[in-house]
Amino acid sequence: MEHIVIIGNGISGVTLARHIRKRSDAKISIISAETNYFFSRTALMYVFMGHMKFEHTQPYENDFWKKNNINLIHKKVSEVFPKEKSLLLDGNTVITFDKLVIATGSKPNKFGWPGQDLEGVTGLYFKQDLENLEKWAPTTKRAVIVGGGLIGIELAEMMRARNIEVTFLVREDSFWNGVLPKGESQMINRHIKEHHIDLRLSTGLKEIIADENGRTKAIITDKDETIECQIVGLTAGVSPNIDFLKTSGIELGRGVKVNRFLETNFKDIYAIGDCAEQHEGIGERRPIEAVWYTGRMMGESLAQTLTGNPMEYKPGHWFNSAKFLDIEYQTYGWVWAKEKENETHFYWEHKGGKKAIRIAFDTESRRFLGINTFGIRMRHEFFDKVLTDQQSVDYVIENLAAANFDPEFYTSHKKEIQIEFTKQCVGLKNESL
Amino acid sequence: MSKTVKNISIASQEHNDLNGTQRAGIALGLIGLFIMTLALLNVEFPNKGYWLAGSITAIFSGIVLYSNSFYLNRVEGISNNHVWTSSLTSRGTVAYAIGLILTSFYVVLYWFPQYLGLSSEEGAANTGIVSFFDPLSLLLNGKPASQWFVYGTLYTIAIVGLGYKFILKYRHNKYQLVRTISIMFFQLGFAFLIPEILEKLNPEKAYFAKDIKNMWPLNYYFFDEWHLKNMINGGNLGLFMLIFGVALIFIISPILTYFYGKRWYCSWVCGCGGLAETAGDSFRQLSDKSEKAWKIERWMIHTVLVLAFVSTIAVIFTFLTNNPDMSFITKDQFVWGIVIFLGVFTTALYVFKRKDMDADAIYTMLSLVAIMVIAILMNYFSGNQNIFFVDSYKLREWYGFAIGAAFSGVIGVGFYPILGNRVWCRFGCPMAAILGLQQRLFSKFRITTNGGQCISCGNCSTYCEMGIDVRSYAQKGENIVRSSCVGCGICSAVCPRGVLKLENDTPAGRINSNEILLGNDVDLMDLINQK
Repeated sequence: MEHIVIIGNGISGVTLARHIRKRSDAKISIISAETNYFFSRTALMYVFMGHMKFEHTQPYENDFWKKNNINLIHKKVSEVFPKEKSLLLDGNTVITFDKLVIATGSKPNKFGWPGQDLEGVTGLYFKQDLENLEKWAPTTKRAVIVGGGLIGIELAEMMRARNIEVTFLVREDSFWNGVLPKGESQMINRHIKEHHIDLRLSTGLKEIIADENGRTKAIITDKDETIECQIVGLTAGVSPNIDFLKTSGIELGRGVKVNRFLETNFKDIYAIGDCAEQHEGIGERRPIEAVWYTGRMMGESLAQTLTGNPMEYKPGHWFNSAKFLDIEYQTYGWVWAKEKENETHFYWEHKGGKKAIRIAFDTESRRFLGINTFGIRMRHEFFDKVLTDQQSVDYVIENLAAANFDPEFYTSHKKEIQIEFTKQCVGLKNESL
Repeated sequence: MSKTVKNISIASQEHNDLNGTQRAGIALGLIGLFIMTLALLNVEFPNKGYWLAGSITAIFSGIVLYSNSFYLNRVEGISNNHVWTSSLTSRGTVAYAIGLILTSFYVVLYWFPQYLGLSSEEGAANTGIVSFFDPLSLLLNGKPASQWFVYGTLYTIAIVGLGYKFILKYRHNKYQLVRTISIMFFQLGFAFLIPEILEKLNPEKAYFAKDIKNMWPLNYYFFDEWHLKNMINGGNLGLFMLIFGVALIFIISPILTYFYGKRWYCSWVCGCGGLAETAGDSFRQLSDKSEKAWKIERWMIHTVLVLAFVSTIAVIFTFLTNNPDMSFITKDQFVWGIVIFLGVFTTALYVFKRKDMDADAIYTMLSLVAIMVIAILMNYFSGNQNIFFVDSYKLREWYGFAIGAAFSGVIGVGFYPILGNRVWCRFGCPMAAILGLQQRLFSKFRITTNGGQCISCGNCSTYCEMGIDVRSYAQKGENIVRSSCVGCGICSAVCPRGVLKLENDTPAGRINSNEILLGNDVDLMDLINQK
């Protein structure tokens, strides 16, 4: 029987395994050094905050894997031998495969800061990071978080839940403004401060200092300010977790290089999820996408290929979501931090300062390009269809009620948004609205 | 993760020590309860009315003081911090202690009311906590208090007081706001004040239930001989209660369930649901989400369903046998009427709704068939009073003991801190299966999953009080159309990515299942889903 080996039990690898099992009886093995069972990485923060227990982050009951005849191996892959079609586990066991899928995800970036490996310094990615934070939290008065992105703000929220003071160093002059346009970014700045987080914009890390026991004692910023702290969170992005492949002969860039069929330079060896790098980005996408949803979609696509129905990875319209403390964020289509040449942005912000939407559209044709929505939930299906049908921005504004996904009885801001849109974006040509 | 610090704070805050106001609030509430405890221990208070009013006021002010200070000082949003590290909310010592107190209270209430001060002799004055409530009882219904009046009052205090706390906790969520106000309104008005006042206005009439929202089979004695007689002899009000009660079950409830799902009752109106949603809110995460628990649930609610129907059919059967003059139908017509009704209904179910049935619905259908068969057997193998050689009133008594008292009170509420706040609703409610069948097959209600946005975090499943593994549907892009969903809306509230929405929409396409989630290539989705 064919043996399909998947390295990594995250969303990509597990989605792949499930979909292969639906279509085939092949022998499937999933290898992970991190945990026995699949868990939702995005939920680690809720375990620390006490919203959930770790077992709640596991989407399947433990007997699910046996029932579906998926073999779980809790070991570390030391080396891959593509030509021999075999793997070395924990430096001592060799197993063979017919097809191999690398789905090892990411690891937190470290930029060679002095002291970056001290006790008390961590990213927020692995289950082990959570265990470390649990260990350090009871004796921590202040945490410094370095890097203003999605994981950084989650870590800040976690610390605040335990009443730990937080200093949040953000290199940019406004939170996540490489992705978020100014209005939204500043809204989040304000919300961060509302949660009593000491937000330091345009500030970076220079050095982490240890006490006599080798534990984190303080950091020094690039402005030469010393801040005492017992935990340092390094959340300046992630990069593919592929160090174990360096000697394998598999073509590597920043990630594992794959073609549109997610295949590497070796036949029968594939890579999916955060660790896969497309030779060229698909559409407006980056070559490496470290997002839950893209990992899942690669798993869905590759399952077809591996079960005799070769299928390119063709992600549909871009979407994503996050939650910044108490403000939910969703995005559909492309909204860039700065308008591109042929684009116009429409921005509306609620007077309460916690809800906003931004719609990007083509200035000439008025084609809808994308939406950022904060504090208002929107329907994925609606925008997916709008993007496929290449509808206009005016169509979207007219149909905001159908697009809305807020719970029942929520205040609708439809009218207000429509009036604002007419003011900002409807010229004499479009009086019909 | 062994390094979780246990604490025993009531406020489910591990590292956030309570501030002065919060402590004062808790102290004030406890003083109110302490005064009642003194009354229970037969301390005689002068001017009972003032002391009673004082203790109730203290409880309410304590809750208000505590909640205002706790919730209004933080930014609006989900506040589930430390739920799984606090003793009270994660089955710690405090949880077991409270569970024990509640359980003992129910045992005493149902089987040893004399310990509450109920006089064991006919006509003698009550003492203890029962007589402590006399002033309020006299004011409302003109009679001295009974143990049930004490219970009803405490129940209402719990729903209204902790409902206020719930509202502050979810003040950013209008669905929760409206729903909780509804629950508080129905408890205070329909379950408590109106029945008491009606009692006062009709002092000469024999007792019958005056809480119109407490429908059969939840109110299991509705069709008992004594209750039917008292309603029939109860003048206009009695007849209204009888007719409205029957209409509620067979007409009003199915219509409302069609439009809104069973949530219109379970989490907007019902008293059991009301207590679960307010006083029980801190324990919703304790429900068991395993498939095994789902199987037990299926067996239990259908056993209860069959018992409730059969025992009711039995008492009506006996009533008709004994009182042919009080009714316009004979017992034969009654039994065959039920058999034909259930026969037509289940046949129609099988013919038209087979495809939409899940295991829950199939069990309900089979239960109805079982009820039909038992009803026929009953007609041929029973004497006047004996149903299968068991006295029908004994059967009733056993049902009342096992389901009405032992389950709904002792386990249903007493075990809140251990098994979660909806144990009764999930495993024991005689309406659960029937409303559930309607919700699954004849309703516009569903929880819509927002395309491919789910990140499988598990907040929805964790906080589902009915033990539904919401995530297992959401992560597949599937709508949640489950018999047991009471529509509390908390899954949608705690979802960090805006994935879930409770809504009433066209029944078409309501039960769906996507192999491939939205977001992937459209051709792939079509290819897989249309196969």
